Amino acid sequence: MVEGILVEGLIYSILALGVFVSFRVLDFPDLTVEGSFPAGAAAGAVVAQAASLSPNAFVKALAVPAGMLAGFIAGGAAGFVTATVHHRLKVPPLLAGIVTMTGFYSINLRILGGKPNLPLITNNPMLKLARSFMGGILPSEWSLLASCILICFLLFGLLDLFFHTEIGIAMGALGDNENAVIQAGIQPNRLRTWGIMLANALPGLSGAMAAAYQGFADVNLGQGVVAAGLATVMLGELVVHSQFIGLQLARVFLGSIIFRALMYAARSWGYVAGITPNDLRLLTALLIIASVAISRYGRKQR
Amino acid sequence: MIRVHDIVVSFNLGVGQEHTVLENLSLEVERGQTVSIIGSNGAGKSTLLNAIAGTVPVRGGKIFLDDSDVTPLPEWERAMYVGRVRQDPMAGTAGDMTVLDNLALASRKGPRRFRIATPPKFAREMADRVAELGMGLEDRLRENVSRLSGGQRQALTLLMAVLSRPSVLLLDEHTAALDPANAEIVGELTRRFIAEFNLTALIVTHDMKRALDQAGRVVMMHEGEIIADLSGAEKEKMDVAGLVRLFKKARGSEYAEDRDLLT
Repeated sequence: MVEGILVEGLIYSILALGVFVSFRVLDFPDLTVEGSFPAGAAAGAVVAQAASLSPNAFVKALAVPAGMLAGFIAGGAAGFVTATVHHRLKVPPLLAGIVTMTGFYSINLRILGGKPNLPLITNNPMLKLARSFMGGILPSEWSLLASCILICFLLFGLLDLFFHTEIGIAMGALGDNENAVIQAGIQPNRLRTWGIMLANALPGLSGAMAAAYQGFADVNLGQGVVAAGLATVMLGELVVHSQFIGLQLARVFLGSIIFRALMYAARSWGYVAGITPNDLRLLTALLIIASVAISRYGRKQR
Repeated sequence: MIRVHDIVVSFNLGVGQEHTVLENLSLEVERGQTVSIIGSNGAGKSTLLNAIAGTVPVRGGKIFLDDSDVTPLPEWERAMYVGRVRQDPMAGTAGDMTVLDNLALASRKGPRRFRIATPPKFAREMADRVAELGMGLEDRLRENVSRLSGGQRQALTLLMAVLSRPSVLLLDEHTAALDPANAEIVGELTRRFIAEFNLTALIVTHDMKRALDQAGRVVMMHEGEIIADLSGAEKEKMDVAGLVRLFKKARGSEYAEDRDLLT
């Protein structure tokens, strides 16, 4: 149970990192995630599937990482579409995201070969990889968790480093005061395009990992992920207050695990209060409202 | 060097309606010269600065900075030549980022690299630079800019505007939102930076006295036109009362009040 929550929490925390980059760093309310997450799942599943069927043992072994890379790229491509529509046609962020997300539903179906879902032949390729990776030192579920921690730690380190580079600083400033970025002689739209691509590549990666973890990719996997990602980011902000980018990134992981734990609790023991799995979306919405209310109230107190 | 040649700037007021703010305006400023721009509200002072910086498009005419024709360039490309400070202390800085990060952003013009933005050496250099502002910011490099006072923030914005050594400095009433003491400090810093970096500066102000003190040349605008351009001995002899007289005369109307010029 605990390891399940943690694994899920970590996989979806990568999605939430993308939401953090768009909503918080870039100040760009991006709904593309509802398309880029399943795009990552679809591309990841297709690539992992193809690779795991390869006669070449080396290719076979790299099935899941290759799928993750494919998911990352597919998500980034969705982000590129949104950014281009926004910049070239001056379409507001929300509408640009909706357009991309709507279009990607069909694209994702095509990636999946015209079917709404694609089961992966090896029941849980990620688990298999993780098990072989940890060499049987830990029980399989826990070794899966260990690999997820490793991946997230790596991502955290890379993102933290990135936001300390000149490009990362400029991206942060862009969401804060575009004028300051223009005064620095930086083309703001190009910079924002890279940011939105990153903000969707991360959910794409998350989607590929989710597909590998669940053992299937589904075209409807994206429903409600923006809200889930936002709830995650806000929960993290409630728990840890910081102006430092490192802690701001770290609290996304924390928020994700708390969010998954709450959802798990609602699924498992919610029946006591008459809560069914149908109510989880309502719970997510209430969680967002509560987070906003608490942070508003808290700010007034200070 | 700034050369503005016959520029036309107009805004759409709606369908078919147009309001021309600047009509065939020309202005030449030599390298290293400081020019104060004064005039009543709506005279087109800010619009002139915006046109030079590329914030508003021109419908006609040409703008040269350092002998290059920048007329077709967007604002971010013209920023290579231009440092700017506006009236609003919030306008030039990213409030949710640290003082040091803001300085890193402003320390160089042009595309960014995958390189750590604030290495220790840079932080030490900036601590020295910021100490020169005399605002006590050297100990607050890692604090967010939103925590600074208006005066501190505007002094920082001024430093950011000159840090990358642009050739042109555009200041749009940059001390108007500050209390007198801070306005004095920022005004003095302005003078120091212009001399140190050998900048060509245009300073829009409503403060007649400062306009005369800070610059070797004073340009007076009214309704989109330059109605007086004083430099050399002519400017040295001028005082605030003289400027007001000049304004009334140029405007050619009885009801022109001091208030029009001074506010």
